[in-house]
Amino acid sequence: MAESKVVVGRADALKDGERTTVEVNGREIVLFRQKGRYYALLNRCPHRGAPLCKGRFMANITSEAVGEYVFHGEDRLLACPWHGWEFDITTGQSYFDPAGTRVRPFPVEVESGEQVRAEIESGVASYTPAEYAAVTVGAEVGTGGMRPGPYQAETFDVSIEDDYIVVSLRPPRPARPSRIRTTGTGEGQ
Amino acid sequence: MTTALLEGIDRSALWTGSVIDVDVHANVPSIQTLYPYLSEIWVDWIEERGWKGPAVAAAHYPPATEFAARLEWRPVDGVPASRVEQLQSHILDPWRVDHAIVNCYYGLDGLRHPDWAAALVSALNDWLIAEWLEKDDRLRATMVIPARSPEAMIREIRRVGDHPGFVQVMFPARADTLWGQRIYHEVFAEVARRDMVVGLHYGGTTEGAPSSTGYPAYQVEQYAAEWQSFATQITSLVSEGVFTQVPDLRVSVLEGGFLWVPVWGWRMNKEWKGLRREVPWLSRPPLDIIRDHVRFSIAPTDGGPDHLMEKAIGWLGSDDLLMFATDYPHRRDDEIEQLLRILSPEAARKMMSETAREWYRL
Repeated sequence: MAESKVVVGRADALKDGERTTVEVNGREIVLFRQKGRYYALLNRCPHRGAPLCKGRFMANITSEAVGEYVFHGEDRLLACPWHGWEFDITTGQSYFDPAGTRVRPFPVEVESGEQVRAEIESGVASYTPAEYAAVTVGAEVGTGGMRPGPYQAETFDVSIEDDYIVVSLRPPRPARPSRIRTTGTGEGQ
Repeated sequence: MTTALLEGIDRSALWTGSVIDVDVHANVPSIQTLYPYLSEIWVDWIEERGWKGPAVAAAHYPPATEFAARLEWRPVDGVPASRVEQLQSHILDPWRVDHAIVNCYYGLDGLRHPDWAAALVSALNDWLIAEWLEKDDRLRATMVIPARSPEAMIREIRRVGDHPGFVQVMFPARADTLWGQRIYHEVFAEVARRDMVVGLHYGGTTEGAPSSTGYPAYQVEQYAAEWQSFATQITSLVSEGVFTQVPDLRVSVLEGGFLWVPVWGWRMNKEWKGLRREVPWLSRPPLDIIRDHVRFSIAPTDGGPDHLMEKAIGWLGSDDLLMFATDYPHRRDDEIEQLLRILSPEAARKMMSETAREWYRL
């Protein structure tokens, strides 16, 4: 596909502390709004495929010496719901094996309706009806309690007044460090 | 034949390379042996009480059993492995060792009297120097410490730790508290400062049960359960961050087996990934820490059928972990042939001598 951006919904549809998943080109992406910022990760733990949308946020803690704690309270660490593996929601890196184990992050931006409209017209961005509907559940209930179906949403108008969540699907991938396996033969995975 | 016994055959039939035996024992023949190394007051205390010496060692190694000393090595009179000549003729000469490390488990850890315990420990170390280290230059030894007091431990390490013959400090596998706890970190730093090794050895205070749920009824349970004490201590040392705090520390597991290590390590690695925040000083997978900081004597060997043993040894994931030992004079029904058959020539060379040579700076 030519376009690399997908409009997944209205920015205000996701409240702070909320999360949702969107399916884009067959991939499930989890979107978080955390302390005013938006994050997106592949909704799949690289370990056993657990849905990261069910993980909880924790403060990272590091240490330079026994008994000394550095508390990183910015809540950027997401723990997988199954085995507690931790990932940085910004970079997708794990903490126990930063080089070898990571979950794919997707850049997320909040763009103005004007910008989104221009991008859709030029083919840079597309919107995904199903995901749009998912994101705006509750906010976008049509007459008679009906939710806009995917085919209807395909024709939705981007409103100049609103802001939209736009996920980049083909981010410039960060240079992947050589796969140093700190766990030797991969024991215990 | 079993590993240690070389009666009637030349050891070249087994192994032509060099040999370092990291676990041979010296037994104190009687408490009177230590009198020359004790001040008057403590000799008087012993006499006044009619004390025969600590009872702990006899509980671990019932004296008349082959577990304490195999029949071939029992002198007509006296105590097995209590004189250097016995060790020479039973192990040092037939095995043609480059070196052997003498471990004396006398069981002084059981004493609660802080000053008496410290005095006895000092006497024991002085006896090891005079009667063993100075009698054969192939020998190195493990110094003992008053295991109930970190301050007293450090004092004793400072007193004799610089003796070139002492390459290791003995920490009994069973103790009142886990060795990883912070009160001991300065003791480990003191050991590492002298480039010595921590020798985690079978035995310990009478209060320390070999299992995590109390005392077993039978000797067989005790021996079979003892690996739990070692695993618990290693878990403590790793989790409490001793190797982060004292990055040069080296620990030998003596008489503690080694095939529990992969299983332990897999589980530790797995849990650590999800519980890392609790012990943030643990910045590497626990099994990697073991490979860098811990070595294991092979007597007793956790043996099994050949084809399974080969697989199990492979699980260690390293050729550097094992060190040859006879555990003289204890009777071990180990077969060194099996390990030599399984290991690559290079891994065998490391096990028989080279790992220990590097580990103990011999």
